[in-house]
Amino acid sequence: MSVAHGLLAVTRLTLYEAFRKRILMATLIAGAGFLTLYGLGLHFMVRGEAGGMALVERRVFLNMLTLAGLFAANFLTIMTAVLLPVDTLSGEIASGVIQTVAVRPIRRRDIVLGKWLGHWIVMAGYFGLLAGGVLTITFLRSGFTPPKLEIGLPLILLEGTVLLTLSIAGGAKLSTVTNGMLAFGLFGLAFIGNLVEQIGTMAQNDAARQVGTVASLIMPSESLWQLAAYHMQPSVIRDLGNSPFSPVSVPSVAMVVWAAGYIVVTLALGIRWFGKRAL
Amino acid sequence: MTDPVIETRELRKQFGDKTAVEDLSLEVHRGEVFGFLGPNGAGKTTSIKMLLGLVEPTSGSGSVLGAPIGHRATRARIGFLPEHFRFHDWLTGRELLLVHGRFLGMSSRDTKARADALLARVDLLDAAHRPVRTYSKGMMQRVGLAQALLGRPDVVFLDEPTSGLDPLGRLLVRDVIRELREHGTTVFLNSHILGEVEATCDRVTFVREGRTIRDLRLGEIDGSTEVDLRVGSLTEEARAAVARIGRIVEDGATSTADGPERLRVSIPREDLLPELARALVERGIALYEMRVARKSLEATFLEVMGEDQRPG
Repeated sequence: MSVAHGLLAVTRLTLYEAFRKRILMATLIAGAGFLTLYGLGLHFMVRGEAGGMALVERRVFLNMLTLAGLFAANFLTIMTAVLLPVDTLSGEIASGVIQTVAVRPIRRRDIVLGKWLGHWIVMAGYFGLLAGGVLTITFLRSGFTPPKLEIGLPLILLEGTVLLTLSIAGGAKLSTVTNGMLAFGLFGLAFIGNLVEQIGTMAQNDAARQVGTVASLIMPSESLWQLAAYHMQPSVIRDLGNSPFSPVSVPSVAMVVWAAGYIVVTLALGIRWFGKRAL
Repeated sequence: MTDPVIETRELRKQFGDKTAVEDLSLEVHRGEVFGFLGPNGAGKTTSIKMLLGLVEPTSGSGSVLGAPIGHRATRARIGFLPEHFRFHDWLTGRELLLVHGRFLGMSSRDTKARADALLARVDLLDAAHRPVRTYSKGMMQRVGLAQALLGRPDVVFLDEPTSGLDPLGRLLVRDVIRELREHGTTVFLNSHILGEVEATCDRVTFVREGRTIRDLRLGEIDGSTEVDLRVGSLTEEARAAVARIGRIVEDGATSTADGPERLRVSIPREDLLPELARALVERGIALYEMRVARKSLEATFLEVMGEDQRPG
């Protein structure tokens, strides 16, 4: 019996469960619908502007469209990151299913880590499909690719990972509904906090900016998206700041380190809560 | 007596203000079929969960198979059928066993062979390809029994293993328990069905309000044997002779005025039965029927728990 056998067995079961249950199918259908809509929208917009724009204008236009597509992909990934694992621990604890697993020679931490890894693979695969779909459709129709994808896409994935980790760890302590409410509540808090920060920066109001920073520390998801969007825009758009995806206040790289630490600490808390929990 | 396979000393579990288990002190020996009895809310399920490492004790100590309770490697040698037998019900019966084989670290080939054998044993081979959620309550309990036995455990905890089963299913479980005993497997049985406990267990422990209050080897209930007699009219002399051998518990119920008389006599030892028969026959009393009626576990249960118990 290898040390990692429990972790791998739980990961494998989690993946199998995701493929067998209808939730993934529903997510895939939603994703396919989104890509179809995006493709149609892009097609008609590109056809409408044919030959009527200067090269720079066309680049700005296509970049905004692509980022809008990636924003939607980001949002769908976040929904998946929260909803797919929201009851993986709390639901199995409430129903008693977890008992027959936890009595096996598996460490409790491996149950949490196995579920985390399995769901992360599903989420990352889903994001890969959506983002890959948006970028492929854009490239095939217009020949455009946004810059710095190698920085932007991992940042979006990191954002999804933050919410996925929160959803799994919360399930070790909270009921399914409370856990889902908390994860989406924090996501909303980060969104509003970022808006306050952007407006505060524009108005040169330090207090408003600090409120936004505190919100980003409580939940770094929105900052990661802002940073990703910042990198995936050509410098000319960033400098002009005339795109809805151009942050006035650009999150610092330290936010990436914070988010990574956030994931580690949240996961450690989830492992601790589950380890102590009466099953 | 062999070394104890399960041993606990003053095991206690407190949930907030509520004490679920006050003092669990017991020993279960290798190859024993052990019954764990008590009314609802007595702390039986929490006790089992502590022994399995699902619930951390507040205080006290315990060991299973010589290792501290909850020891990871030792859990590979333990089987468990939980009270509510909930499983990953989107899996088929066979898949469920294969998944548990992986949890146990068994090889794929061994798991498949073992799964097929167990599915056949619990009469689920023809339903093995169906999702567990389509199973009846009894089928779920039987597939649960199969998963409990998958790793060829040395100790099996069965928490109400027949609550959802029909009489045939109960017989099947009873047979499985007998087979386990023959193979030297220790069975820890928590059941409300006292007739089943009586039929399968070697020894029982009664638990009340979170405390183990009495340990009893079945067959030694109350240390006495009760005998039902149907006899002709008893003379005073015959009655006195019977009273010298045992204690008359019930006396004199007759269906007709001159019909046989019913009598229940409690005798201290079974070897006094011939003497009792002789005492009647030698005094010319017609003996129509003589039947040993051991005190039931149910009667003992009620006696041990006391009259203040209310239905749970």
